[in-house]
Amino acid sequence: MPGYLKSKRPGASTASMRGTEESPFFKWLLISIALLFAVVFLLLPLINVFAQALSKGWMVYWRALSDPDSLAAIRLTLLVAAISVPLNVLFGLASAWAIAKFSFRGKSLLNTLIDLPFSVSPVVAGLMYVLLFGLQGHFGQWLNEHDIKIIFAVPGIVLATLFVTFPFVARELVPVMESTGSEQEQAALTLGANGWQTFWRVTLPSVKWGLIYGVILCNARAMGEFGAVSVVSGHISGMTDTMPLRVEKLYNEYNSAAAFATASLLALLALLTLGIKTLLEWNQAREYARAQSARTLAEPGAAFVAPPQQSTP
Amino acid sequence: MSIELKNVSKHFGDVPAVNQVSFSVRDGELMALLGPSGGGKTTVLRMIAGLETPTDGDIFIRGERVNDIKVQKRNIGFVFQNYALFQNMNVFKNIAFGLKIKKWRPGKIKTRVEELLRLLGLEGFENRYPHQLSGGQRQRVAIARALAPKPSVLLLDEPFGAVDAKIRQELREWLVRLHHDLNLTTLFVTHDQEEAMEVSNRIVIFSRGYLEQVGTPREVYEQPANEFVARFIGVMNVLELTVKKGIGRVGELAFPAAGYPDGEKVRIGFRPFSVQISPDLNHYPYPAVIRQTYFLGVMLRLELQLPSGLVLRSRMTKEEYAALALYDGRKVSIQIRNYRILAKEHEPLGPELTTPEKTSLYIGEGI
Repeated sequence: MPGYLKSKRPGASTASMRGTEESPFFKWLLISIALLFAVVFLLLPLINVFAQALSKGWMVYWRALSDPDSLAAIRLTLLVAAISVPLNVLFGLASAWAIAKFSFRGKSLLNTLIDLPFSVSPVVAGLMYVLLFGLQGHFGQWLNEHDIKIIFAVPGIVLATLFVTFPFVARELVPVMESTGSEQEQAALTLGANGWQTFWRVTLPSVKWGLIYGVILCNARAMGEFGAVSVVSGHISGMTDTMPLRVEKLYNEYNSAAAFATASLLALLALLTLGIKTLLEWNQAREYARAQSARTLAEPGAAFVAPPQQSTP
Repeated sequence: MSIELKNVSKHFGDVPAVNQVSFSVRDGELMALLGPSGGGKTTVLRMIAGLETPTDGDIFIRGERVNDIKVQKRNIGFVFQNYALFQNMNVFKNIAFGLKIKKWRPGKIKTRVEELLRLLGLEGFENRYPHQLSGGQRQRVAIARALAPKPSVLLLDEPFGAVDAKIRQELREWLVRLHHDLNLTTLFVTHDQEEAMEVSNRIVIFSRGYLEQVGTPREVYEQPANEFVARFIGVMNVLELTVKKGIGRVGELAFPAAGYPDGEKVRIGFRPFSVQISPDLNHYPYPAVIRQTYFLGVMLRLELQLPSGLVLRSRMTKEEYAALALYDGRKVSIQIRNYRILAKEHEPLGPELTTPEKTSLYIGEGI
């Protein structure tokens, strides 16, 4: 039927397109814009950090990082993250659970409060703690008498970090928990599992991805926080300088190679967490693919034909 | 008795969901909890499982009062409406979950899971994850998971609600066969009266938290306890008569109503099979026109219109239809052979009454 074929030809290039599909030009325009922005604003500056850090050679890079003050900053940053991330996981799980699975008075208030750190400037967050625990603050006198140092010491830095990272885990978990519902947990109960077993074997795995994203975001912010920490830290070299504070200090001292070296390490930590996330996702996808391709004996319908000889249930 | 409920009530706040319900499920029975949505049937099932606590009344499983026994210790298998499979576990781990919790040895777990995979036709799917399965397969995994720890009763909430019509039919037959093989006491919730009639040994009918009737499919169809059951199970014509001088009338239809005062409204109901049709216009007392015939496969459903505008539904086989040479628009004569006087909701129905036979020719058999 050549006539039929010919008549179809004019529209052939667009024939397979669905009505909702955009034109190829529009599609590539969007992709180009997204890629361009990502390269110019994200990738190039990141590469530049590493380039600047290594501009005076590996020896300078190494010396900058092995400086005792830099090492102290690295240690402090890791310590702050190690304290605030688990605490936020705990808080995030508890509050997400409360919001997703119960209804109670003040639920919307809690929901709003969780977002507070997002809307408050980190500098203000830091100041709040200074006003509470500083010498002139409400508890300052009492703390001083009992020789407890919070402001211009590690506890203050941890508190400030906790404040700014507060929402990350909870915000990731609430939607996941809400969409999962509680039926899987009820199923576990009917199968004999107690509350603890249900939590570890069913609840936690079912929110695994939300939790991982939350932890990654929380960790990145905990290591990278500048504003709030800057206010409460006091900038004591080798004592209360975290890595971001150290970067700024070195930069202000015109020691840009050392500043970039520390900055590159911070960037590296961020890349590492993203790498771990990607690896986990990749593993999961591979596991699903393996399960999907597993030998299939019976197709759905075949199963209904004559169930085999039955033994006791 | 495998399961027994005595005067069980459940209130959610001030809202009564279940009112004073008593019934029992016999050993090895396949029983349906049937009723419209929101009738309280799922709540009853969840109370038996221990997922809800009754406000009042007692629940017994195998003779033991279980009100104070936790869901984990009741030894029941529960299949959720949307299956509630563990999304992060593959089929094998889903089925093995209850056995792991009960600390079975790995070797025994493997044997048991393989046995269930075979029984439910899921061999080869043990490594798949729930999202990689079809609806029917998911349901069978859910049933296998519930059966694995050898429960004493199996409870299913709308087991066929989430699959498409064709698979639903297969699953029904398959559930009957599975129940036959296992001989396990099974109670399932459904809103589909056809499903309940086809699958179960006995049916418990609920509406708005009240138990309306318990009986075999035949009993609830042939001897409905009240108007709700009569209208919910199968099709029923319902007419409201006005009594005058001992005769109840609506349109041109008249029924004996001795003993009712003048002006009283009396409702009667009858099955489509009770409407007799003859092409001979003088054969039965009432004239009518066949307004529309619906083909339902072997059976046909007829809508009959009386001159007064009254519309009645009737049923017959294709052969009867052909033998009487009926067609849409044909004038016929009709009679209502058996009918019941309907009482208010929740109250018992009157006895079945029979219109005296005028001739030997009649269509259909009983109600």
